[in-house]
Amino acid sequence: MASVVFYFQVHQPFRLRRYSVFDSGTNYFDEQSNARVCQKVASKCYLPTNAVIAELIRAHQGRFKVSYSITGMAIEQFRRYAPEVLVSFQELAATGCVEFIAETYHHSLAFLYHRDEFMDQVQMHRRLVEDVFGQRPRVFRNTELTYNNDVAKLAEEMGFDVILSEGADHVLGYRSPNFLYVPPNCRRLALLLKNYRLSDDIAFRFGNRGWSEWPLTAGKFARWVDQINGNGYVCNLFMDYETFGEHQWADTGIFDFLRALPGKVMGIGDNDFLTISEAAARYPASGELDVPHMISWADIERDISAWLGNSMQANALYELYALADDVRASEDPQLIEDWRKLQISDHFYYMCTKYFADGDVHKYFNPYESPYDSYINYMNILDSVRARLARAKSARAG
Amino acid sequence: MKVFMLGWEFPPYISGGLGTACYGLTRGLDEVGVKVLFVLPTALPQGAGQAGPAAVSVVSAGPKTKGGAEEKGQGVFEHMEMRVLPAVLQAYGQPADYAKAVEKLRRLQAKGQWKAAGISIPIGALAPGALAGGYRGDLMGQVRRYATLAAQLALEEKFDVIHAHDWMTYPAGLTVAALTGKPLAVHVHSTEFDRSGEHVHQQVYDIERAGMHGADCVICVSHLTRSIVLGRYGVPAEKVQVVYNAVDPPKGGDFDVTPIRRDEKIVLFLGRITMQKGPEYFLRAAKKVVEKYKKVRFVITGSGDLIGSAVELTAALSLGRYVTFTGFLRGDDVDRVFRMADLYVMPSVSEPFGIAPLEALSHNVPVIISKQSGVSEVLTHVLKVDFWDVDEMANKILAVLRHPPLQRVLREQGQIELRKLSWRDAAQRCKVIYEQLAGAASVA
Repeated sequence: MASVVFYFQVHQPFRLRRYSVFDSGTNYFDEQSNARVCQKVASKCYLPTNAVIAELIRAHQGRFKVSYSITGMAIEQFRRYAPEVLVSFQELAATGCVEFIAETYHHSLAFLYHRDEFMDQVQMHRRLVEDVFGQRPRVFRNTELTYNNDVAKLAEEMGFDVILSEGADHVLGYRSPNFLYVPPNCRRLALLLKNYRLSDDIAFRFGNRGWSEWPLTAGKFARWVDQINGNGYVCNLFMDYETFGEHQWADTGIFDFLRALPGKVMGIGDNDFLTISEAAARYPASGELDVPHMISWADIERDISAWLGNSMQANALYELYALADDVRASEDPQLIEDWRKLQISDHFYYMCTKYFADGDVHKYFNPYESPYDSYINYMNILDSVRARLARAKSARAG
Repeated sequence: MKVFMLGWEFPPYISGGLGTACYGLTRGLDEVGVKVLFVLPTALPQGAGQAGPAAVSVVSAGPKTKGGAEEKGQGVFEHMEMRVLPAVLQAYGQPADYAKAVEKLRRLQAKGQWKAAGISIPIGALAPGALAGGYRGDLMGQVRRYATLAAQLALEEKFDVIHAHDWMTYPAGLTVAALTGKPLAVHVHSTEFDRSGEHVHQQVYDIERAGMHGADCVICVSHLTRSIVLGRYGVPAEKVQVVYNAVDPPKGGDFDVTPIRRDEKIVLFLGRITMQKGPEYFLRAAKKVVEKYKKVRFVITGSGDLIGSAVELTAALSLGRYVTFTGFLRGDDVDRVFRMADLYVMPSVSEPFGIAPLEALSHNVPVIISKQSGVSEVLTHVLKVDFWDVDEMANKILAVLRHPPLQRVLREQGQIELRKLSWRDAAQRCKVIYEQLAGAASVA
C-alpha cells in the first residue's frame, strides 16, 4: 500500500508600494497590485482548483484527502479582496477530508532571528486556523519548509505531532523520502519529507514540452506512485497551490490531470490518499534524521540562500529584527502589524541575486526591476518604521 | 584577414569613448589573429586645451608605426600597423560627389601622379559657425582631406575589408570602397540624434546616412542604436548588426589616492558636459541628495559646451560646497578619480552604449546608469533610472551612500558580470562579420 499525501501551500505576500527615501507616509503596501494579483490568482487557481478538489472528494466518497497550509497573509487578503475564496476553503474544511496545518502567520523567517516572535506568530496562525476552519492544527511547517533539528524540537515543545520538510538529497543520502522519520531529541514528533522528484514533475515540469516524460498523464503518474510499494509507505506531494492554473496554466491540461489522478492512483492495488496527520498515525518512523543545518524547498541548493544569500538580504533581515524588542514593547498595534508584514519572506526573496541575470523563476515572481530596487525600497520603509518607533518611544517617555 | 580601419581617435589622444572602443576592439582583433591597418588623423581631442599637448606634429602619410601607441605604454600589438594622416578631425562633426573625386583619383593613379594636397572633393561650402556641438573651423574640409589621404594610402596597401568608425571617417570609407571594391563596414558608436537631440546638423546626418546606406554592413554598439539606425536612417534591417562594447581590466599599479576630504563620499560624473550626457539631471539629483546627506561631494569630470551653464546651475542650486569640477582628465588621472569614487552616475539623455560605466565597474565602483543607454542592455547588476527622474536618481544615490551592503553586492556581482564582456568576444563577432563580407565580395 502506498499512500499519497497531498499538501498544498497557499500564500500571497503583501507587496510593498514604491517608497522613496523622500516619502514619509505610513502606508507601505501596494493595495492596488495586491488586490489585482489576489483576484487574478483567485480566478485562475484558487476557485477552479477548489471546485475540482470538492468534486473529487464527492466523487470518491471521502477517500480522496488533501492538506493545506494557508498563511495569515493569504487569508487576510482573501477577506479583503476575494471573500468567495475563503468560503470555498471553508466548504472544503466541512467535508472532513481536508486537513489544515500551521505555520508562521506572516510567512516569516522569524525562527532564525527571534524565538518569541516566532512562537507568537505560530500561535496567531493556530488561532486563525481554528477560527476560520474549526480545526486545531496538529501539523507544523516552517516558512518555505525551512527546517533543522531546532525547528523540530521547538515544534514538538509547542505541541505539534508532525512536521514537514524537504527531502533534500544532501540530508537524506541513500535514504528515501517515502518513509517517515523522527528528528533527534524528539520523542513523538514525526517528520514527513517532500518527494521532490514526483512533486516537481507536477509543479515544475508538467507543461514543459521539452521534458522527456511530456505529456504527463494521470495513469503514468499513478504507476510511478505504485512503484513506491515495497520501498516506502508514503508519496509526499508537497507544492504551491498556485501550481494549478497559475504556474501551470489551464491549457497545459493540469486540471484534467488533477481530476483524473485520484481514480488512477486508487485503481492500482490498495493505494490511497491520506491527510498528513493520518499518514503520521498509520505509519511508523523508520529512523532518526539529523539535520543540523537549515534546509528548505527552494532552488537547487535547497538551503536558505534564496532569502539570506547576499549582504543586502542579511542586512535587511538584521535591521528588521534589530527593532523586534522595541516594536513588540511599543503597544502600538498598527506599528506591530506593519513590522510583522515586513517579515514576509517574499520581501527578501525579491532581493536575491542568484540567477538574476539569467531571468529565471526569481524574476518571474518579482515585482521589482532588480534585487537592488527591492532592497532600496525595503530599507526606505524600514527607516520610516524606525522613525515611528522613535516617536512612539519619546511620546511614552514624555 | 586584414582590415583597413578608419578611426579618428586612438589612445592616448582621446576625447571620449570612441578612442577607448577603437583601442579595445583593435587589441581584441589582434588577439583573434586579424591584421589591422589603423588609419588615424593627427587628431587633437576636443577640450584638449587643459590636459593634452597643444599641438601634435604632423606626420605625413606613410611612416609605419608598428604597434601604434606602444611607446605610450598602451601595450604592443602583434598584427597591427598604424598610419597617421595629416588631417585634423577635431570634434564630434559628406560626401556629395564621390564619383567625381574617385574618378579624379583613378585618373591620377593611372598617370602615376600623386599629389595629395592638391586633390579636393567637391562638397557644399560650409557656413562658418553653422555647426553645433563644437564643430570648429573647417571640419568638413578636414573630413574630405582625411578621405582623400586615406584613399591614397589604400591604393598602396593590401587588405580584405574596410571598417570605418563614426561619421567623420565614413566619407573616407566610401571613397576607399569605391576605389578598391573592398567591402565596407561602418561602425555606429553614436548618431547625430544622440549628440544633438532633434536639432540635427543636416550635413552630418547626410554623411551618416550615406555611409550607412553605402556600407555593406552597419555595426551598432547596442540595440538602442540599431533601432535609431533602422528608424531614423532607413537602413535595411538585414545588414545592421549589434556588437556590444567591452572593457579592459584596469591597469595594475598603486596610485597615491587621497580623497578630497576623507570624511566625504564621492559621487562621480565623468563624461562630456553636453546635453547628451545629462549633467543637469545629475546636479538636480545632487540637490535632493544633500537635503538628506551632507557628507558627500559630487565630482564632475569632463569638459564640453555646457560647462558654463553647469557651473551656473551649481551656483543657482547653492551646491557650491558640494560640487567639484575637475575639467577633462585622461590616463592615470581617470584611474585616480575612479578609485576615489564611491559611486559613478551616468545620467545620459541618450547614450548609444556608454563605456564609462564599465570602466567604473572595472575599478570596483558601483554604478547608476540611465535606462536610455545601450549599456543598460548588457548590465543587470547596476542601478537603473530614467534620466529625467531626478527624485529616483537621488533615492538611489542616497541608498548607495547610506547602505554599505548595497555597495558590496553591486561590486561583487558587477565584477562577475564584467567578466562576460571582453573585447576579444567583440572582436570575434567583428571577425565573423569580416569573413562574411569578404566571402560575399569574393563570390561577387
